Amino acid sequence: MLNFILRRLMLVPVLLFGVTVLIFAMLQFLGPVDRAALYIRDVPRNERQVSAVIKHYGLDKPLHIQYWRWLVGVVDSNGKRAGGILYGDFGWSRTGSQPVADLIRNRFPNTLDLTIWAVAPVILVGIWLGVQAAVHQNGIIDQAARIFSIVGTSFPTFVFGLLMLMIFYANLQWFPPGKASDWVNQIIYSAGFHRYTYLLTIDALLNGRLDIFWDAMRHMLMPILTLSYISWATFVRVTRSSMLETLRMEYVTTARAKGLHERDVIFKHAQPNAMIPVVTLAGFQVILLLGGVVITETVFNYPGIGQAAADAAAQLDVITVLGFALFNGFILIVSNLVVDILYAVVDPRIRLS
Amino acid sequence: MAEIIPSGDNTLLRDTVAIREIGWLERFLGPENYRITRGLLKTPASILGFILIGLFVIIALAAPLIAPPVNPNDPYKIPRDGFISEPRPMGTPWTRKPPPLPFWWKPIMGTDQWTHILGTAQGQYDVFYGIIWGVRTAFKTGFIVVVATFLIGTIIGSVSAYYGGLLDNVLMRIVDIFLTLPFILAALILAAVLTPKIGKSLLPAIIALIAFSWMTYARLIRGDILSVKQRDYVLAAKVIGVKDSRILFRHIIPNAIFPTLVYASLDIGNVVLTFAALSFIGVGTEVGYADWGQVLSFARNWITSLNRYWYIIVWPGLTLVLFVMGWNLVGDALRDVLDPRMRGKT
Repeated sequence: MLNFILRRLMLVPVLLFGVTVLIFAMLQFLGPVDRAALYIRDVPRNERQVSAVIKHYGLDKPLHIQYWRWLVGVVDSNGKRAGGILYGDFGWSRTGSQPVADLIRNRFPNTLDLTIWAVAPVILVGIWLGVQAAVHQNGIIDQAARIFSIVGTSFPTFVFGLLMLMIFYANLQWFPPGKASDWVNQIIYSAGFHRYTYLLTIDALLNGRLDIFWDAMRHMLMPILTLSYISWATFVRVTRSSMLETLRMEYVTTARAKGLHERDVIFKHAQPNAMIPVVTLAGFQVILLLGGVVITETVFNYPGIGQAAADAAAQLDVITVLGFALFNGFILIVSNLVVDILYAVVDPRIRLS
Repeated sequence: MAEIIPSGDNTLLRDTVAIREIGWLERFLGPENYRITRGLLKTPASILGFILIGLFVIIALAAPLIAPPVNPNDPYKIPRDGFISEPRPMGTPWTRKPPPLPFWWKPIMGTDQWTHILGTAQGQYDVFYGIIWGVRTAFKTGFIVVVATFLIGTIIGSVSAYYGGLLDNVLMRIVDIFLTLPFILAALILAAVLTPKIGKSLLPAIIALIAFSWMTYARLIRGDILSVKQRDYVLAAKVIGVKDSRILFRHIIPNAIFPTLVYASLDIGNVVLTFAALSFIGVGTEVGYADWGQVLSFARNWITSLNRYWYIIVWPGLTLVLFVMGWNLVGDALRDVLDPRMRGKT
């Protein structure tokens, strides 16, 4: 077990190095002037300034030197550091008019708020539905799950989102897009409201303001559904097939033969073993969600990191998108690590190999 | 087969073992590939999928007849009927410079007046025209991306699997690294850096999609080659001193490639979906290019009044969904056929 975790940990620096090199390589498509946005706020306009900036930050130096400077930044004579992704400085965002790191810091809590609500119900209810579909094979739940999973995987996120907007916002006027109503915005920035976590729904609960929580939920319900319906489809399908396979195992027959209650057979003997592929899938969901928020937030005009990335890309603000990609890359590396270790904990075959 | 067969008596053999006719297709494809092909043509879902794909192929081929372009040299430009931003409803007549009337319009409708069958989107772009020519764009991008990713993936995957060892390790870590970046973001960056270099066209998004989707194929083919590599005929070829490249290209790849090939050809649906998502965000083609994501993106400024302008999302959205669903239905059947636990059950 320890051996496995150590070997897995050793892969992390390799991945980190690889991801940074890959992103740095894409950065090289930009000219030196655009790359100056890594270090300074205003990209200079006239010739003299341009060449001064290029010289000062060494944007014409060989690649390995530039790569190193990109990692650790440039320290000027006053001891002030500019740039350096290892120090959390991803450069200046033209579209956001603020440093990319600040943009991420401001937007990420919103995205996290959205994704938490999109993940938790999927995992809990999705697994339950999958188990039910397997136990009652070819029953109503099973058939519904099958149709849902085919239709669900064929529906592009943005088409689904637009249809949701059309039905529930424009026609029925049940759920508004955006993040919060105006009166909520006035309250949350006032002194009486403590922002503990910066996640609006959690903060509203901690402040005991159910009305704010309800307003936030009304705004988030459509994005949550849009973000999670593909996950629903895959979760139900994978849980179902894994559960079906497990139910055919001999130890399940043994458990039944010794007279165990069917409920115990399913939930105590079969389900824990059927969960192994589902754990992998849960890790894969993180990748899916981080991609999914780009589209979903754009459609619903929800101010998270995905919307900022999409806006930046549409206006060819590469530095900003690169910052987001780096940030997401780090999240993915960490979450994959957690999933792999979790996987080893769940499955003794991996732990011992 | 377990029975003992007396020598010289063939009647018993014929009775106990079902002798099956082997058709030319099976002879050509080999038993395993034949099984896959047959499995694909058996379920109603996959047949429906093939029908949908077939319909789209017909539309793509007949695009100039269904919706004749204003300028035959530049058919992918959606014709505009004025410059007012507000969408106009379905059935509004063309007012300004209508494109040529399609042959089927007069016999059915009885008039010479060409109308916006599916309305116009923001900026008076004709939705119907965008959808019809968008089918061609979809096939074009899907085809280019799939062929390129398949080639890159196959080369990297097979080299990695055949030589093994350090090279395999390095190549597979590179695959890991490419998979670590969130796909949409990576594609967004590459498309955004390439656009100033090569201008607004289909190319930036296509290159971005290729650069970040070859990894799946590399992994797939690697797995298949690892198993084929152990077969006796490969060993035999090695023993008689055949060159590495010849063993790889003549003996191993042809025997391992079929599942990856089928998988790749069915991936067109996914590619088209992702491409549409990119152009929906606004990366890729110039405004007014006949492409579904582009047509849908016109709706982004009208989300508060989609109850009135429903036609600007429902029709292009439905087309995209049906297209992707066609490929997914066939792909789903394929997954069942390729599942090793299903082997020998068709």
